[in-house]
Amino acid sequence: MTDHTLKAFDEDIGELRALIAEMGGRAEAAIDDALTALSRRDNVLAQKVVGGDKAIDELEAVLEKKVVQIIALRAPMADDLREIIAALKIVGVVERIGDYAKNIAKRVPLISHRTSHEPLSLLPAMGGIAREMVKDALDAFAARDAEKALRVMERDRAVDDFYNSIFRTMVTFMMENPKTISESAHILFIAKNLERVGDHATNVSEMVYYAVTGKHPPERERGVDVFLSEGN
Amino acid sequence: MATTRNPVTKMAARDVNVFYGDKQAIRNVSIDMGMDEVTAFIGPSGCGKSTFLRTLNRMNDTVASARVDGTITLDGQDIYASDMDVVQLRARVGMVFQKPNPFPKSIYENVAYGPRIHGLANSKADMDVIVEQSLRRAGLWEEVKDRLQDSGTALSGGQQQRLCIGRAIAVQPEVILMDEPCSALDPIATAKIEELIHALRGRYAIVIVTHNMQQAARVSQRTAFFHLGTLVEYGVTSDIFTNPREERTKDYITGRYG
Repeated sequence: MTDHTLKAFDEDIGELRALIAEMGGRAEAAIDDALTALSRRDNVLAQKVVGGDKAIDELEAVLEKKVVQIIALRAPMADDLREIIAALKIVGVVERIGDYAKNIAKRVPLISHRTSHEPLSLLPAMGGIAREMVKDALDAFAARDAEKALRVMERDRAVDDFYNSIFRTMVTFMMENPKTISESAHILFIAKNLERVGDHATNVSEMVYYAVTGKHPPERERGVDVFLSEGN
Repeated sequence: MATTRNPVTKMAARDVNVFYGDKQAIRNVSIDMGMDEVTAFIGPSGCGKSTFLRTLNRMNDTVASARVDGTITLDGQDIYASDMDVVQLRARVGMVFQKPNPFPKSIYENVAYGPRIHGLANSKADMDVIVEQSLRRAGLWEEVKDRLQDSGTALSGGQQQRLCIGRAIAVQPEVILMDEPCSALDPIATAKIEELIHALRGRYAIVIVTHNMQQAARVSQRTAFFHLGTLVEYGVTSDIFTNPREERTKDYITGRYG
């Protein structure tokens, strides 16, 4: 896309994108570190993730201020307007993703070293997909790439499938070993948090798709909801 | 969305071309302008938006080298037909200009002049009613009711422009054309005119040419983007400003032009 006649407007948008990239990078690292802390039972690293969330929250505040300033001073229109509104919504979502990473990290000390049931080994793979989705959704935003955003949405299914599988396994496990219910519930919450990260990455992709094309993304097939299939 | 209903067409242009001597200023413009709506014309300087506006009440007739072809109708009636009374046409299609241009007469006379020559008042009392009603609709009555005999040119710029709008309204037009009515006004006077446009919308078809895109976005229901004498895009204002179809429209409204 060609530059604005007013160069300062392009500088503002460049600054906005750089801040979102930084915030997104921190959220991705937080998910990674939380999962590493979980698999190594590394309470120090987990604590670092919890403490690091503050920086993400601060970036959100800086970005909100920047967006308000751009709207007030530049009166953006059309693609610019859609991009800036998307940016405002995206920072709110990325902040939530940071919260999920923090929530996972907080549960690390509550899961003992002896625990080694199978779902625990699935979490890093699940988290890997969710984190890649976040990364690709934000890359799609930076590159104004609607196709890339669509491909992120398609991957949400895989994260949901992981969650459903872990859910079933954990329910069975808890029924068989009632003593481990507390710990199992934490693992289940971690899986749920990662599932939410995937959902949020999908939301970001939808916003990117709208910002780029001006249209809402086409309806796509969704995974079977575990609760519905459980008959609840 | 409230603005997506199809309005009743008040004026329609079909394949309109305007030439100044050999130079073509407007190329094949076709557009419908609705009743009870504000239609905004936007575009860079020299794009033809003011030229086109002036074809709508035959203001170009006064330019010797100007030639208009194509069809322009008002309620389905060809305004360039040989039996069209141009004076009558300009009463039905009023115009407000960029710079306020009150007559060097009293406030009262500025408004009363048109109704008098069109024979709209039978008595002084009738005229008083027309003057008051026109100035009320123009949002000026409260400010001038105690000094109607003062000169119109003694008013502030914003008041003068509202006086000109009151003068246009006084002859009971059906369409009001506005050619950058706020470009000589400060922001507060501009806001008052915009509020006035909003209030007048239900009574007239209003067509406004503006350089100020924010103004087009604020006051109009439909926006037409002109470029190099052609109508590039015409649509519901909120669509034009959030999701224009044409690349050239997008570049212009996002400030990426040239």
